[in-house]
Amino acid sequence: MTGAGALTGLVGFAHALRHAGVACGPERVHAFVRALDHLDLARADHVYWAGRLALCAEPGDLPRYDAAFTAWFGDGDRPAPPRGRAPRPGRLAALVDGTGRPGPAPDLRVAASDVEVLRRKDIADLTPAERRHLRELLATLRPVPPRRRAHRRRPARTGRLDARRTLRGMLATGEPVRLARHRRTHRPRRVVLLIDVSGSMKPYADALLRFAHVVARAVPVEVCTLGTRLTRVTRQLRRRDPGQALAAAARAVPDHEGGTRLGETLKAFLDRWGQRGAARGAVVVICSDGWERGDPALLAAQLARLRRLAHRVLWVNPHAGHDGYRPVQSGIAAALPHLDRLLAGHSLETLHALLEEVRLA
Amino acid sequence: MTPEELADGLDRVGYLPDPGLATAAHLALAMHRPLFCEGEPGTGKTSLAHALARALDLPLVRLQCHEGIDASQALYDWDFPRQLLHLRALEAAGPVDAEAAEASLYTRRFLLARPLLEALERAPCVLLVDEVDRADDEFEAFLLEVLDENAVTIPELGRVAAATPPLVVLTSNRTREVHDALKRRCLYHWLEHPDLAREVAILRRRLPGLTGRLAGQVAAAARRLRELDLLKPPGVAESLDWAAALLALGREELDAEAAAVTLGAVLKYREDVQRALSAGVAGR
Repeated sequence: MTGAGALTGLVGFAHALRHAGVACGPERVHAFVRALDHLDLARADHVYWAGRLALCAEPGDLPRYDAAFTAWFGDGDRPAPPRGRAPRPGRLAALVDGTGRPGPAPDLRVAASDVEVLRRKDIADLTPAERRHLRELLATLRPVPPRRRAHRRRPARTGRLDARRTLRGMLATGEPVRLARHRRTHRPRRVVLLIDVSGSMKPYADALLRFAHVVARAVPVEVCTLGTRLTRVTRQLRRRDPGQALAAAARAVPDHEGGTRLGETLKAFLDRWGQRGAARGAVVVICSDGWERGDPALLAAQLARLRRLAHRVLWVNPHAGHDGYRPVQSGIAAALPHLDRLLAGHSLETLHALLEEVRLA
Repeated sequence: MTPEELADGLDRVGYLPDPGLATAAHLALAMHRPLFCEGEPGTGKTSLAHALARALDLPLVRLQCHEGIDASQALYDWDFPRQLLHLRALEAAGPVDAEAAEASLYTRRFLLARPLLEALERAPCVLLVDEVDRADDEFEAFLLEVLDENAVTIPELGRVAAATPPLVVLTSNRTREVHDALKRRCLYHWLEHPDLAREVAILRRRLPGLTGRLAGQVAAAARRLRELDLLKPPGVAESLDWAAALLALGREELDAEAAAVTLGAVLKYREDVQRALSAGVAGR
């Protein structure tokens, strides 16, 4: 490969890579081409590493990169792909009903009393029309993040001495000393949402993910789905449009409506993200009905671990709002000693209450 | 310089990079691009920066990130206590002209250079921005500005620009997704634990008194520990600690008894120690 021909080949490869799902924009492609100025274009391993360093941006990209590289340049003498524990690309799953396209325009003249009824009604019992309306109402929620003390300070009447402003004051007025003071400010505290998407949670999963999307737009948040395995959907939920965000999340979640192994998936979360920082000092909300098919002892151990890391651990159970509910399912019974609060989560109103609970946590 | 020559240079200071890492460091140098290193704790991200500094014979400037870090902790700050004293001294000496006094207060003499400013002033150097995933989004945006320009403007003093851009190594343990805008300006490298042969070589390089046999045993045991389902699997740093502990005790072999008394150098959770002991991995 030489000159223009080589360049076309490289850019073509970048296109193929983008097609394979690696988000490499023009800036990365440019870096890739520039990197090869400093390497040997004739050596497959140099081309391999230049592309991997410039075009990839997260561990999930690496297996796709390896596959695309082999497909484009052939196997040749490129280095063996490093063994990685990178996540496999997600398969398509129909988590949202339909294709994520927005439904028919909402009827804006719904009587206030209808809204009131909808607020209290169990999400599982909604008609398709009410469901659409619920989405509109979810989008109107205004989540306020919980707060923690920050390092930064701001001027105040009481508090610690502010040397900077005191000095400035002395310079400006020539007066001996008028003491200026400052206090600590507050910053939003991280929220972690863990949403059970197993079969038994089917009626609630869509609404809860939409709820997570609304929260993610206002609060620093990490969202993962629990089922037979753990899937992180924070990136997908960052999209502004709820339909697109939910469709992207659905594509990422491969185990929708499967069974639940809460203990194992919670462990996966803590190993992968939680212990390293995502759960540290955060308000963690687990949305699940607590039907545990795995070992309840494992779940209890993981919750104990989570309790030591997190600031607060809240468990939202859609069934907890029903009359006659007793927390006797194996999972929830094992979890109960390690929770700060067990909350209902079956209706818009209870989700509202959950937001309030998170804000005050 | 080629990637292979850089690899040799790193090798000479006791850091054994694989070809990917050597290429990454080579490109970071040649393209003046920050190198973004991600990977499990203990895969050698931070020590890469240290090794690069030694191999290239450059000073190392380290910025440790943490939650709530801001510009005055990363870039520069004014030394207020000293400024106050200086002002007091001026006043004691006689009547003070406010403007002249202010001008004398905001000079380089009273400026405290924090790591980023220090790196720009000392460049060429290696700037290590450690655990950038711990900082906040706002800090990432701020960092972006400094890395793009290789310069900062201090209102009272003017612009400070680096003559040569520092070689920047950013590390992340991936506790949080770092913003794409930052990653886009960097070369991205994902570090894995070294393979057995490389880990043995690292152990022997760093601990000259270590026999090949003991190094092999420690590296193999560390690998087995990584395959167990531990809360904190040991990194290379831990296997180094382990081998050093065995050396300090004058052990020549990693048997069950030696492992039992030194396991605290490798595993830092009670649950992990119990699991390792019950699996019998450490003392095979």
